[in-house]
Amino acid sequence: MNYLLEVDRVSKAFPGVLALDAVSMNVRAGSVHALMGENGAGKSTLMKIIAGLYRPDSGQITLRGRAAMIHQELHLMPSMTVAENIWIGREPLTWFGFVDHRALRQRTATLLAGLDIDVDPEERVCDLPIAGRQLIEIARALSYDADVLIMDEPTSALSEPEVAHLFRLVADLKARGKAVIYITHRMAEVFRIADEVTVLRDGKAVGCEAASRLDRDQLITMMVGRELKGLFPKHNTPTDRVSLSVRGLSLDGTFADVSFDVRAGEILGIAGLVGSRRTEVAETLFGLRRATSGEIFVEGRPVEIGSPAAAIELGMAFLTEDRKLTGLLLPLSVQENMEIAVLDGRFVTMGFVNEAPLAATCGEMAGMLRVKTRSLLQPVQTLSGGNQQKVLVGRWLLTSPRILILDEPTRGVDVGAKAEIHRLISNLAAGGAAIVMISSEMPEILGMSDRVMVMREGRVAGFLEGRNADQIAVMKLAANEPRAARSGCWAPGQID
Amino acid sequence: MGIFLVLAGIVVLFELVGWSVRGASFLFNAQRLLVMVLQVSIIGLLAIGVTQVILTGGIDLSSGSVVALSAMIAASLAQTASARAVFPSLVDLPAAIPIAAGLATGAAAGLVNGNLVAFTRIPPFIATLGTMVTARGLARYYTRGQPVSMLTESYTRIGEGALPVVIFVAAAVVFHVLLRYTRYGKYTYAIGANAQAARISGIRVDRHLVLVYTVAGLLSGLGGVMTSARAASGQAGMGMTYELDAIAAAVIGGTSLTGGIGRITGTVIGTVILGVMTSGFTFIGFDAYIQDIVKGAVIVLAVVIDRYRHRDAHT
Repeated sequence: MNYLLEVDRVSKAFPGVLALDAVSMNVRAGSVHALMGENGAGKSTLMKIIAGLYRPDSGQITLRGRAAMIHQELHLMPSMTVAENIWIGREPLTWFGFVDHRALRQRTATLLAGLDIDVDPEERVCDLPIAGRQLIEIARALSYDADVLIMDEPTSALSEPEVAHLFRLVADLKARGKAVIYITHRMAEVFRIADEVTVLRDGKAVGCEAASRLDRDQLITMMVGRELKGLFPKHNTPTDRVSLSVRGLSLDGTFADVSFDVRAGEILGIAGLVGSRRTEVAETLFGLRRATSGEIFVEGRPVEIGSPAAAIELGMAFLTEDRKLTGLLLPLSVQENMEIAVLDGRFVTMGFVNEAPLAATCGEMAGMLRVKTRSLLQPVQTLSGGNQQKVLVGRWLLTSPRILILDEPTRGVDVGAKAEIHRLISNLAAGGAAIVMISSEMPEILGMSDRVMVMREGRVAGFLEGRNADQIAVMKLAANEPRAARSGCWAPGQID
Repeated sequence: MGIFLVLAGIVVLFELVGWSVRGASFLFNAQRLLVMVLQVSIIGLLAIGVTQVILTGGIDLSSGSVVALSAMIAASLAQTASARAVFPSLVDLPAAIPIAAGLATGAAAGLVNGNLVAFTRIPPFIATLGTMVTARGLARYYTRGQPVSMLTESYTRIGEGALPVVIFVAAAVVFHVLLRYTRYGKYTYAIGANAQAARISGIRVDRHLVLVYTVAGLLSGLGGVMTSARAASGQAGMGMTYELDAIAAAVIGGTSLTGGIGRITGTVIGTVILGVMTSGFTFIGFDAYIQDIVKGAVIVLAVVIDRYRHRDAHT
């Protein structure tokens, strides 16, 4: 067999945890090898060992050629140009040792053209949308001409056309005899592109199979080690009472004329491609941006929402899409992260925090959400992504919100935690909360929503009743532009 | 914790060198211990303020100049009747008036800093750099560079003896409690950890920043009052480079310049380390020029050791 990478009984321990326990895995040339497992299963540790960032305690890695890694979190320098980012540390130089900008530009243009990525090499990375940045990250990894390419959740910020684009790049790499190790939580992607699948659970490799010999349920069972019944538990029923009503909401140059109602007990899904401005609408509802026109009604009363504090007072909560950037207080503890939105009346007397009841309440919430943490005092940055997300969900649940806006509530979260978050959303709606859920994951939108609002380029493209919504109907509304839909290629014009 | 060991190490070192060079104990001398803390208690007050500012992810470069401005204004209202009084009609006032004026001056400077940072969105480094230069200029302009002297006895008494140490320790206790057990503290840490997340969680970040910078200014004002009372005069050159010592004390004490990490207890130990070094070098008869060279190295070394220990604790 022609293996580009052989991992032989590799173990790695961190204080208190055996992260990898005699894991073996072989990756053939010209193949896509999916690596799956819940967060905390050991995937990242294994990848860091392969990329040479960690040393294994025991076992052996045999790598024929070079490995490059595309990280889940973007590692780009925002204020530098695309070209500078790709070639950082490897810039072409002139005779005098200065950077040869013309050659740099040329080289970047060639690389991007070869990958069918339509971005100006001179553009600053901070001016690109997240999806564009992700493509640049991929281009940078490919520029090393690596033989083994590790992709860690590369599609978590991409919408369907960009995913298709990425998959074409992967197929091309495969055809050129390279190997791709592909880490993802999305089942559908595995069956779409993977040749083999290795599943890690609690630091052990529980199986390696040809993707063609697995089905979805088997794979999920392997990952969680238990049967997951009802991937989308739904037991809420929308009432007749409208909780949140939006009329003609517009923000010049961003979105226009957005109108919708959400009833108590209802889950309204908002679907759309990257650049459909769903997040911007949510931010405006929550007082982070000022609408240029339009009206918002909460329980029938017209309201002005000038700040998040005002929104919270109206019983609103907003789980943002980027945990690290706008959610977590990274250096602080689990409890400090949970309690921050409820430091008022109930838990504070004369400015002093009532530590005991607050800790008890946070502890109960952490228990209810099944946050895996040694104690509430543990720094939140040591938790896995799924557990961090649960902490943030807990932060908002403590405020007992009546209107919840969830922006990509399960992004980068493992299957087990995902199901738990879905059950929780459903429970909240059943308890009478009105829920607005933005999601780029089609199964989540279709499985969870009572109604789906589809946005396209800052406008409402249409509504679908839950039972009439299917993937094709949503995609038709989301990508009406025939060119983009047909070619499936990333069209910068349609994106923020 | 790590920083406490650094302090202990430095003290032991001076003790050993003390016995071999001077044949006397460095530590077991009540007079020296008092002076040790006394000489850094003003810097300690500023350090308590700047620690809070750094916790929010900011910085305050203006504290030394604000000491001077507050000292001038307070002193000018604390004069006895004499031919050279700044306000001949406002002499022999009760000490409360100059004290209040000094504190108000500091608070006002902090208010300016806070509003600049919160509402103009210029970096705190620049905003407080501007205040630093302006406040020093105002201190000089106030009396055209003339020192203000002949202060009332009731005023100068607050700088006498161990009182500055008592005030420093009291301020440390108050702000330790505020940061650990109140909403004020929780919000301060949260903003430094992630200002945007704090805002989305309903914290009125702008308002809180103004408050924190004002508190820091108030402490600088208190430093100005103490300084002028102790010197029995107000001089525009007072508090020169104190802001840097204060920042050094906070950073030695483990406060992270990226925000969200740090404690008042660390800052107090950082302040004491500065005091111990000055006393210790004098005690063993170190050349004054070499003192600064070594002091600089120790500041960096203390932080490196602390970082190193921190990393150990985390992985």
